[in-house]
Order: sequence, then structure tokens, then C-alpha cells
Amino acid sequence: MAHRKTILRIEDMTKRYGSKTVLKNASLSLKEGELKILIGPSGGGKSTLLQCVNFLVKPDKGRIWLDGEEIIHSRKKELYAYRQKVGMIFQDFNLFDHLTALQNVQIALVKVKKKTKEQARTRAINELERVGLGDHIKKYPAQLSGGQKQRVSIARALAMDPKVMLLDEPTSALDPELISEVLDVIINLRLHGMTMIMSTHQIGFASELADELVFLEDGNILETGPPKKMLSDADCERTREFCSKITELYGNSF
Amino acid sequence: MEELLFIRFEVLPALLKGLVVSIKLIVPSAFFGLFIGIIIGALRVYGSTILKKAADTYVLIFRGFPLVVQLFIWYFGLPHIGIYLSPMVASIVGFSLCSSAYHSEYVRGAFLSVKTGQTMGAKALGFSKLQMIRFITLPQAFRRALPGCGNEIIYLIKYSSLAYMITCIELTGQGKIIASETFKYTEIFMIIGAIYLLLTTIASWILHRVENSLLLPGFEHYKA
Ligand SMILES: Nc1ncnc2c1ncn2[C@@H]1O[C@H](COP(=O)(O)OP(=O)(O)O)[C@@H](O)[C@H]1O
Ligand SMILES: [Mg+2]
Repeated sequence: MAHRKTILRIEDMTKRYGSKTVLKNASLSLKEGELKILIGPSGGGKSTLLQCVNFLVKPDKGRIWLDGEEIIHSRKKELYAYRQKVGMIFQDFNLFDHLTALQNVQIALVKVKKKTKEQARTRAINELERVGLGDHIKKYPAQLSGGQKQRVSIARALAMDPKVMLLDEPTSALDPELISEVLDVIINLRLHGMTMIMSTHQIGFASELADELVFLEDGNILETGPPKKMLSDADCERTREFCSKITELYGNSF
Repeated sequence: MEELLFIRFEVLPALLKGLVVSIKLIVPSAFFGLFIGIIIGALRVYGSTILKKAADTYVLIFRGFPLVVQLFIWYFGLPHIGIYLSPMVASIVGFSLCSSAYHSEYVRGAFLSVKTGQTMGAKALGFSKLQMIRFITLPQAFRRALPGCGNEIIYLIKYSSLAYMITCIELTGQGKIIASETFKYTEIFMIIGAIYLLLTTIASWILHRVENSLLLPGFEHYKA
């Protein structure tokens, strides 16, 4: 692990809304192939942190490096290029409602990456097959289940060849019986060495797969550590409380 | 019998000439009005603070001034600063700008109704703002705005008759001329009314066809 190179580094990320600071000096770094999981109570700042990473939310302070290069988000070209390399999965999928599954995956390849329609189509079909949706490529979001929509959104992100993936509670909007089909896809990504930061309440999943858990409360990263230690023997009192509550709620298995 | 012959050989040819002028007014005005309306609507939603203000002011003015006054300004006012528009062009300019202000209202509402998550989804993939509007939000907003914009186009067909006020002799203008020559006001204006009814019927039929051809799963309830 130690010799792997750092892919993403975040330093001193701060975000205020009005007088309320929702993220305070958050720092984090991700090595190649690493999976870090953000845990913490609702409103703790997980989404804000993830959205600051690709500047969907403009941080008030903080710096980001991808592959050792600092990203200056005020330079539009640089920002758009950077975002192509950072895949994002949202809680509500955020598929484009007027496009089929295939077109959802294809469109950024054609319009942003300037690939030909044919190249994009082939790639999109591959990615959709990879997430088990080969039979549904012609369907519109309104015709797909939540689990299928989330898998389309994962295929859409993967088609861009991201160096890092940000996943913001990818299973929280799903009916319980649909959670595992999405988690399976994420496990598969993990096995293929994708570098990821993910927020989730699926604590069983987190403890088995994460390299590290990051506990975020009131905008502060209170503690970071390997799952075993965080779940059974955390240094911080608040982490212990949260972990025991969440383990009760979401169980230890997935 | 004499009556019918008169209508067949005197009235109808004149009205037909007027109808052609009306169509030449309506079609470009509908097209430019919608086009400008989409741009203004997009600016009102996605523009910088200054552009938003400018677009809001545009709508305030072109919706607020009576259309006849606007036409007078384009036709009688512009020559004062050395710009001469033909009655036809002045009418098209007036109609396009006025109807674009109304279109922009529908378009703005439609843009706002596109779920914000999709704009985040697009940005996260590296879309620029312009690409996001062009490829993600506009196609959806357009579908949702269509019933309202269609309504505006139907209005346009009817208020196009105001063009005769600036000497652009279209259907209503022709009707007035022959009616005052023959004093057959009732018959002639009945015929004109029927022709406008026919025009609006054809326009609604076309708009429905367009709406249906753009229909997608998940957008059904926007069907008029
Ligand atoms: N656009 C916004 N305006 C004001 N407050 C916001 C906004 N977005 C998030 N917040 C606040 O920031 C805090 C952190 O929210 P969030 O990052 O969504 O937490 P989490 O994802 O951990 O539930 C919450 O208190 C939330 O109310
Ligand atoms: Mg959240």
C-alpha cells in the first residue's frame, strides 16, 4: 500500500453557507486503488465534501491535486477536463430523463470527449453490459427501476475512464431488495482496482471493503482509521456512539 | 346567386391575397419569436446576474407596451434615427419581439422544472454550461414548454391582424378595404373569421403532431 502513488489529495477544504460552516478544513488523500468510506450523521457534510471535490459546490477555501497536479477551478477548461476524470454517482441517480440508457452513457462521450457516435455507442454498450443492463439499453429512465437507474449512472461515469470515483450514498434512495445489485457493481469496481470515495450508511459493506473509514460530523473529520478499529475501538467518543448506532440499524452484513 | 358570384370573383381573390400576406407574417414571426424566446428564457434562468436583469427588463418592456404601440415605434419611430423598415418587416420585428417575451415565460418555467440533479449530473461529466443547456436541459424544457408556446403561436395568428395598422395589408386589412367599398361588412367579416378559425385549427393540429412526435416515456403528462 505504502508505495502506491497518491491519486487525489484534498487539503483544508472549507465551505460556509451564510454564517454556518458546513465543512471545516477537511483534508484527505487517496492512493491508487484505495476505497475510503465517509460515514457520519445526516447533515454532517458528506455530500458537501464530495461535491467540493469536483467543484459542484465551490469551496470557500481548500486545494485539490489530481495525480500531483493542482486543479485551479476558476480556469474553466481545466475544470471541465478535471471533472471528466472524476466520476460522480449521486443518491438520486441524476440520469437525463429525455435519453435512453444507451444515450445517457453515450452523450458525454460524444459531446464532451468528442468521440464518434460509433465509438461512443460501442463503449456505452460495453459499459452497460458490464453492469448487467445489456437488455435494457433502449429504455428511458422512467422505465427503469431504481437499481437499474443507479447502474446506468455508474456505467455513464465509467465510460469516461475516470481516475477516481465519488459515490454519494449510492444506495440510499433504493428499495431494500435493490440495494445488493448496486453494491455488487461497486464491489466489482473495487476488485478491478478503482480508486473511490464513497459515503454510505451500509456499514457492513463499508467494514468489509473499505481501506479506511472517515467519520464526519458537523463538517469536521473527527477520526479516520481502518474499519475494524473504527467500528470496535474508535478513539473518539462520538465515532464510537455513531458506529454502534449505525451497526444496530444497518446490520453487520450486506 | 349574384351574391355568390360577387363573393367568388371579388371577395375571395382579395382575401386570398391578404391571407398570403398574413401567412408571410405569421410563419417567420412564430419562428423568430420562439427562437428568441428560448434564448431569453435560458438567459433568465442560467444567465449571470447582469444578463438575468437584462433579460427580465426585455420581457417587462415587450410584454408591457401595447403591441400596437410597439408596431408604431418600429414603423414610424425608427425612421427618426434613419432606419426604414418596410411595413412587412416592421410587423415581423414587432410580432417576433413581443411573442418572444411571452414564449420566454413558458420556457423559463420549463427550464426551472428540469430537476436540478440533472444539471449536476451533466456538470460532473465535464459538460460546460452551454453544452449542458443545449444537450440536457433544453430538450426537456422544450417539451414541457411546448403546450404554452403553442398557445402563444395561436395568439400570434390572431394578433397578426394588427399589421394593417402600419399599412401592411394582410387578411383583416384586405377585408376592411373591400368591406368599405361594398358595405358587405357582415358577410366579409364572417368569411375572415372563418379563415382565422381555419388557420388556428391547422396550427393546433400541427402543434399536436409536433408534441406527439416528441413524446417520451416519463414526459406523458406534458401532453396537451
Ligand atoms: N445549498 C445549501 N444551502 C445551505 N445549507 C446547505 C446547503 N447544502 C447543504 N447545506 C447544509 O450543510 C450541511 C451538510 O449537508 P450535507 O453535506 O448534505 O450533509 P450529509 O450529506 O452528510 O447529509 C447541512 O446542515 C445542510 O443543511
Ligand atoms: Mg448527503
